[in-house]
Amino acid sequence: MASLISDIEPPTTDLVRRKKRSSVSSAASPSTSAASVSGESHARWRSEKQQRIYSAKLIQALQQVRLNSSAATSSSPTAQKRGKAVREAADRALAVSARGRTLWSRAILANRIKLKFRKQKRPKTPTKIPSMTTVVNSSNRSRTRRVSVLRLNKKNIPDVNRKVRVLGRLVPGCGKQSVPVILEEATDYIQALEMQVRAMNSLVQLLSSYGSAPPPI
Amino acid sequence: MSNRRSRQSSSASRISDDQMIDLVSKLRQFLPEIQERRRSDKVSASKVLQETCNYIRKLHREVDNLSDRLSQLLDSVDEDSPEAAVIRSLLM
Repeated sequence: MASLISDIEPPTTDLVRRKKRSSVSSAASPSTSAASVSGESHARWRSEKQQRIYSAKLIQALQQVRLNSSAATSSSPTAQKRGKAVREAADRALAVSARGRTLWSRAILANRIKLKFRKQKRPKTPTKIPSMTTVVNSSNRSRTRRVSVLRLNKKNIPDVNRKVRVLGRLVPGCGKQSVPVILEEATDYIQALEMQVRAMNSLVQLLSSYGSAPPPI
Repeated sequence: MSNRRSRQSSSASRISDDQMIDLVSKLRQFLPEIQERRRSDKVSASKVLQETCNYIRKLHREVDNLSDRLSQLLDSVDEDSPEAAVIRSLLM
């Protein structure tokens, strides 16, 4: 729990760091930066540190949800709506933790910006940041991996392509992407979701361990 | 050079079978249900993709449930109770 608290930082530092990061990555040659990103990102979601960072962001986001719902006292939102607000906050926090390296995270944040700042600011499009998915393929091919999937045969290809499309609709921002982009993004997204579930679970445990919590659903 | 080539290949929707198999087997590594089988057993790409969709849906449902649970927990806290102090300290 101490670690949960110690990782909370004011939101500004995150912004500053992200800015720094994007300038660094745009200065570096795209091939090197993307290779290192793809290598570390899968391990990243599994690390405890990442989960702590996410938990801190989640708690911040939940605080915001609490403030917003208490501000709208006149019409108290339904339980369903509040659950949805928490869900959105949790997803945004997840996307921020991804630091704009993936399409799915940028899609989540873009949705949010569209809703919130439609009149104030033009949504920022992080075009400078090289997409992880476009460049990743080259580094993958060089690495030898034991292939655990059967070879494709001609008559299976339409079925496989159809399933990739279905998958693309499940990953934010990937509805209209190409097959390799969808597969890369899905691989990252699954691990991010797993981490999200772990973090939210431990937060639920933590909160319900303090006294008069309602019984589990 | 190679970088540019790979970008072109991914912007076009056609990829080679090898590339496809490679990406799908990478995806397979992160699927718990398929993972439980023996590693030497090869599965079809179609099966992996189906399992991936199922798994993402399952994770989405879990996040939904946890969100409801969290919003309940945050709501149930009486502002003057000791839990509230703990949560405030977390949220600060």
